[in-house]
Amino acid sequence: MPSPGETVPFLDPLPGRSGLTSWIFSTDHKRIGMLYLWCILTMFAVGVAIGVLMRLELIAPGRTIMGAQAYNAMFTLHGVVMVFLFVIPGIPAAFGNILLPLQIGAEDVSFPRLNIFSWWLYLTGAVLAVTSLFTGGGPPDTGWTFYVPFSERTTTNVSLAVVAVFILGFSSILTGLNFITTIHRLRAPQMSWGKLPLFVWSLYATAWIQLLATPVLGVTVALVFIERLLGIGLFDPAKGGDPLLYQHLFWIYSHPAVYIMIVPAMGVVSEIIPAFDRKSIFGYKAIAVSSLAIAFAGSLVWAHHMFTSGMSDTAVLVFSFLTFVVAIPSAIKVFNWVATLYKGSIYLEPPLLFALGFIFLFSVGGLTGLVLGSAGTDIHVHDTYFVVAHFHYVIFGGTGFGLFAAMHFWFPKIFGRMYDRKLANASWYLLIGGFNMLYFPMFLIGLMGMPRRYYDYLPMYQTGHMISTAGSWVLVAGLVTMFWGLSKCLRGPRTVGRNPWGAATLEWTLPSPPPHLTFLDPPDEVPSPYSYAGVKRDA
Amino acid sequence: MTHKHIIPFGLLAKIWLALMVLTGVTVGVASFDFGFLNVLVAMSVASAKALLVVLFFMHLKYENRVLGAFVILVFVILAIFIGFTFFDVAWRPEAGA
Repeated sequence: MPSPGETVPFLDPLPGRSGLTSWIFSTDHKRIGMLYLWCILTMFAVGVAIGVLMRLELIAPGRTIMGAQAYNAMFTLHGVVMVFLFVIPGIPAAFGNILLPLQIGAEDVSFPRLNIFSWWLYLTGAVLAVTSLFTGGGPPDTGWTFYVPFSERTTTNVSLAVVAVFILGFSSILTGLNFITTIHRLRAPQMSWGKLPLFVWSLYATAWIQLLATPVLGVTVALVFIERLLGIGLFDPAKGGDPLLYQHLFWIYSHPAVYIMIVPAMGVVSEIIPAFDRKSIFGYKAIAVSSLAIAFAGSLVWAHHMFTSGMSDTAVLVFSFLTFVVAIPSAIKVFNWVATLYKGSIYLEPPLLFALGFIFLFSVGGLTGLVLGSAGTDIHVHDTYFVVAHFHYVIFGGTGFGLFAAMHFWFPKIFGRMYDRKLANASWYLLIGGFNMLYFPMFLIGLMGMPRRYYDYLPMYQTGHMISTAGSWVLVAGLVTMFWGLSKCLRGPRTVGRNPWGAATLEWTLPSPPPHLTFLDPPDEVPSPYSYAGVKRDA
Repeated sequence: MTHKHIIPFGLLAKIWLALMVLTGVTVGVASFDFGFLNVLVAMSVASAKALLVVLFFMHLKYENRVLGAFVILVFVILAIFIGFTFFDVAWRPEAGA
């Protein structure tokens, strides 16, 4: 007779184990993933709210709703919250935790206690980051990059903020370590590397970046802290230091971090497209290897953020060339997704809509990245709104839409309930429309010379800013519609079967929601993750 | 599944002795000025010491090849991180030039 753990859905309490503690001290990867999910969505709401306020300030030249110092604090906070608390942990920590063991037929991750410890570190970092706003000399005003020498000299509470980033970094490292070990050691016996779902491949590539690049960030922010405390001159030329060293160290992590953000979203898209296309993924090996190639090549391009910093021309040439190299594996993925769609039996359900949104927006972001990767054109648009637009197309259009796609794909599995598909479709149109209205004008005003991080601007940029601010309202309307539709997942009877989309990876063989204990015995058969012959929908 | 490998005390003592000698070398080379190669020399000695610790004290020599490959990969990445910054540092024009 199966134990309650094998039958009770993981969202419901086990006999004698209920309440908050059954969540916050749980070592179940699914519950830990849910803890991350609620936290990152909360942080996303905070980041969006700050972003909307910033857009409101920029609706007209001059002061409208806040002054320069408040605006500086706002864009710093927006960056720190969105980058470190939402986007980086977003897909890997939330959906990776929930799905990785399920997709490889494992009982849990390799180190379950380390897993919950990672979440506690994340929570501690988040609390410290928020605390830094209200303590010390006030909210940090350096931008999320904490560039020296300003971050050493400002009287705002940078010290606590960098401690928060340091702790968040450790959370990320431990998650990466856990995922690498799990993928190597706990795959079902029949799950060879060639049968790994592409989402798992993307988590694997991401985990290596987390493990190898994040320590550099830890060292870097620790050095800023030491500089502020002791003033030993690591980055101060007057004391024999080098301010550009900081930029190298910061971007050695923070450029690969962009791939921590985007590669898991690519994995999500690689799962969704074949499932709603009823056709095996085109170029499985190429997509899997390109994830690793992006992780590796993406670690070699950091100094393209520094073309105007005064570093040597040789470095500009080398890093510009390497930046073009990293475009190749990204393009391989896009071409393979499009080739998968070709002549498929397409079901235009919400997850596929969001995945298609990803491809379009990420492609715009990627191609404009080449403008920034070319040293000549970068000098013209460096530190303008062109960069802001590019970054948001890649990260919001890419990772954001990837996360939304993941939510619409896996929420029926996680909650056992189907969301309102009409609302989901409507929200997609609002989000795509609002997104382009918000960010596309930024390309234009950026090319015209509008610098980023300014709370005021010349009247010549007003039309672009006004359209952009109006776009932020449409985007928020889309977000509200989307979350309203998804929140219906949280109520009512659980009626969804095991496999509502007819997908072929292992998690769809489990009940929806899965029970507390899954794959106590490894699955007997591990079919190809993208072979749909004989796979039936069970809505 | 766990496996144990007991390293003889004699070998451990030899490694310890080698580390002491290399520490002496570190101190010794510090009194010479190799110019641009100062860092390279110091790092080479330190790397040799680290290698001995990793191979014998941390048992990497007796682990399987995959683990060995991963450790090498980590150091290759580190070398790239440090090495690539020299595309900047080594080619910077002199101040005022």
